[in-house]
Amino acid sequence: MNIFVLMKRTFDTEEKIVINNGKVNEEGAEFIINPYDEYAIEEAIQVRDKVGGEVTVVTVGNEDAEKELRTALAMGCDKAVLINIEDDVEESDQFTTAKVLAEYLKDKEPHLILAGNVAIDGGSGQVGPRVAELLGIPYVTTITKLDIDGDKATVVRDVEGDEEVIETSLPLLVTAQQGLNEPRYPSLPGIMKAKKKPLDEVELDDLDLDEDDVEAKTKTVEIFLPPKKEAGKILQGELTDQVKELVTLLRTEAKVI
Amino acid sequence: MTRKVISLAEIRDGSLRNVSLEAIAAAKTIAQGGEVVAVLVGENVQSHANELIAHGADRVVVVEHAQLKAYTPDGYGQALMAVVEAEKPEGIVFGHTALGKDLSPKLATKLNAGLVSDVVAIEEKDGEVLFTRPIYSGKAFEKKVVNGGLIFITVRPNNIPALSRDDARTGEVTTLSVDIKDLRTIVKEIVRKTAEGVDLSEAKVIVAGGRGVKSEDGFKPLQELADVLGGAVGASRGACDAGYCDYSLQIGQTGKVVTPDLYIACGISGAIQHLAGMSNSKVIVAINKDPEANIFKVADYGIVGDLFEVVPLLTEEFKKLKVHS
Repeated sequence: MNIFVLMKRTFDTEEKIVINNGKVNEEGAEFIINPYDEYAIEEAIQVRDKVGGEVTVVTVGNEDAEKELRTALAMGCDKAVLINIEDDVEESDQFTTAKVLAEYLKDKEPHLILAGNVAIDGGSGQVGPRVAELLGIPYVTTITKLDIDGDKATVVRDVEGDEEVIETSLPLLVTAQQGLNEPRYPSLPGIMKAKKKPLDEVELDDLDLDEDDVEAKTKTVEIFLPPKKEAGKILQGELTDQVKELVTLLRTEAKVI
Repeated sequence: MTRKVISLAEIRDGSLRNVSLEAIAAAKTIAQGGEVVAVLVGENVQSHANELIAHGADRVVVVEHAQLKAYTPDGYGQALMAVVEAEKPEGIVFGHTALGKDLSPKLATKLNAGLVSDVVAIEEKDGEVLFTRPIYSGKAFEKKVVNGGLIFITVRPNNIPALSRDDARTGEVTTLSVDIKDLRTIVKEIVRKTAEGVDLSEAKVIVAGGRGVKSEDGFKPLQELADVLGGAVGASRGACDAGYCDYSLQIGQTGKVVTPDLYIACGISGAIQHLAGMSNSKVIVAINKDPEANIFKVADYGIVGDLFEVVPLLTEEFKKLKVHS
């Protein structure tokens, strides 16, 4: 089976956000594979180990993403592809990323494409469904279980805490929700092997795209931090009195009850 | 410049979702005096049309079909494309719900349009509409504009106030017949796991538990408090990882980002990832044994104490309040 994983490199969840000159400061920050994409990678590896085939992990970004691609290879992906748009694209949005990925995938005959359901930085959750639509294949988002039998797939989807059991067929794109699996850590032999696995780099030119084809449809005009929260009131006294005071404060001061 | 804007209404447990009323308010702001058309999609959904008009829609288009009983991206995609072709809107507003998140990127792609997801505020500046949305799960925010063409957004529940109900308002309700076919995904079964009614993302009150809850049973007093307040129960990653509750309750950078009116954190230490998911709540109460817990730094009110003592006392106190009022 020809399996692809769409991966994004994101800020480590531990990182605080600092804004310099209207941009999020990336200097010195730790980067990771987007946590939801780790579930996608793990599931891709498990499907391949069950039915055979090859897993290719693909990212859109710049050469900094090579580190995360190597990590994916160390986890067990077979090949990695970096679509480097740094020199060609100044402003990108989800339309841009989806268009680039779909152009890359359209002649690769993917049977199964996996992605995270959302990236923890931009948080839009658009790219997966957009890619599926551009490729003309069905998709299921926020999945917590995937069973593949021939060209049929049974998928369990998380819908705001409830579950939908969905039947569909390949080729298919799915986006991973937490609970899908337990992503493995790269093993030492895995890390050694990853160094020899192919990591290809392509640019817009190689995809017969130019900048106008992928021009962003939306633009960020400002980035700001939320107002800093003032330290609150720690109540004192007997617990029963504290509870009474709290209820009063919520009613009269905060007016939320 | 006035715009014609459509907003998609969603029904949950037989009632219109609150976020669908908020979407009408958002559509009004984008419309700048233009027409706002609410869209109802499903099977036997027309009865909700008047409520949409009472909350500000100028007209309602109803699309009913047996194949639209359960949501599928193909079925709803076909229904919405038919509406777009008939109405030719300049703006589209969905709720940032499971359905909205799933469908909006497909529709935006079909329409070759941009999409601003998870909008929490809308403002107009020199004729341009600016959309504020959280990034890094709420650790920061960005303002976005659409580079011309269709304005398509999803709005986060609980952030853009709905217009108050005015039953004197009138408006036309029309049906649009569509041919729904070739569904590539089929919903075989829906397994209900959540309590009836209150969804975490839309809840006005959330009572959340962390590792301090200690067990699955430990969530019971939290559920009782949530019930009294008409709220929902949430959890930190610690509680989910420890197996005390389902991952669907998780609030944080992985998990849900919530902005209720009142967030009561019980036995939650306040890791940065959890804070990202809840620190934009309007009022935060922290209950924790450890006075040094990070959660107190974002809390408006804190009680240092054992949640198993404090939470039942709170429940009792709110119950008394209910009896009196």
